[in-house]
Amino acid sequence: MLAVGVGHYLFVSAVLLVLGIFGIFLNRKNVIIIMMSIELILLAVNINLVAFSAALGDLVGQVLAMFVLTVAAAEAAIGLAIVVIYFRNRGSIEVEDVNLMKG
Amino acid sequence: MIAALAFYVFAAILLVSAVMVVSARNPVHAVLFLILAFFNAAALFLLAGAEFLAMILVIVYVGAVAVLFLFVVMMLDVNFAQLREGLQRYAPVGATIGVVLFAELILILGGWKINPASVTLHMAPNPTNLNNTEALGRLVYTQYFLLFQTAGLILLVAMIGAIVLTLRDKRASRRQNIEVQTSRTMADTMEVMRLPLGVGTAGVGFLRPKKPEAKPEPVHHDDHAAGGH
Repeated sequence: MLAVGVGHYLFVSAVLLVLGIFGIFLNRKNVIIIMMSIELILLAVNINLVAFSAALGDLVGQVLAMFVLTVAAAEAAIGLAIVVIYFRNRGSIEVEDVNLMKG
Repeated sequence: MIAALAFYVFAAILLVSAVMVVSARNPVHAVLFLILAFFNAAALFLLAGAEFLAMILVIVYVGAVAVLFLFVVMMLDVNFAQLREGLQRYAPVGATIGVVLFAELILILGGWKINPASVTLHMAPNPTNLNNTEALGRLVYTQYFLLFQTAGLILLVAMIGAIVLTLRDKRASRRQNIEVQTSRTMADTMEVMRLPLGVGTAGVGFLRPKKPEAKPEPVHHDDHAAGGH
């Protein structure tokens, strides 16, 4: 069981999620920091899942957290690969002038 | 009591390092604070009894993902000072949205409670006679096997995608092309000419090495263009 109430875990994860979203807005230009903020958000999700898994005594939350970790790792790898080839093509990683595809 | 104290210490370090991740001036410092945040999150997982996930977090996130970030930050020659120019402009919008979101989350946190009847809805009750890793393994390899395979497939796709995206086909390197080598015939490479006495090949309008302005003759020099020797 949990050493502290599940509410404490949820509070930490809420603050972490808000910090991640704030990081995305704060570092609008630097795509690497944006990806780190996304990692923080996914970490908040994982803390939520693990906290509920421990509080309810149900292991499925941890299974789900494991798959969230998997997808987050894949996302980081693909995202960083895209950053590397974008830098190779344009010489900059500014998010605001990503307009190659005229989207 | 000690566990609760440890929780507060680790949670405080986690949140402070998360603040430093989003506000660090130097991206390398941001990555290092991200590593610290992962370590403390792993400690929180340990306190919640999720030992396997804590170790996975340390091994996969600190050992692989954060180091990947570190490599990319250090390899790219980016002017990071220039990237921080609009910071003051974006801070109010981000703070507003953050405060609104946080208020909503706190409202939700204040009002929820677990339904007592939900005990009967447990998919996989935490076994008491097994440790966490063994229990998780029994679950993942049986009931959630399809999900497990899908996760492996996602990782495979990510691996192939990252390789395909970043692989550069170097035209300068000259690899051995066995097909070109074995399909070469004598007529492609050499020509027997009958020359009159006292006249070189230049006399019949054929020069070797060729002049630079001459158009390449496909009969004599095609093998290098195909990439083989």
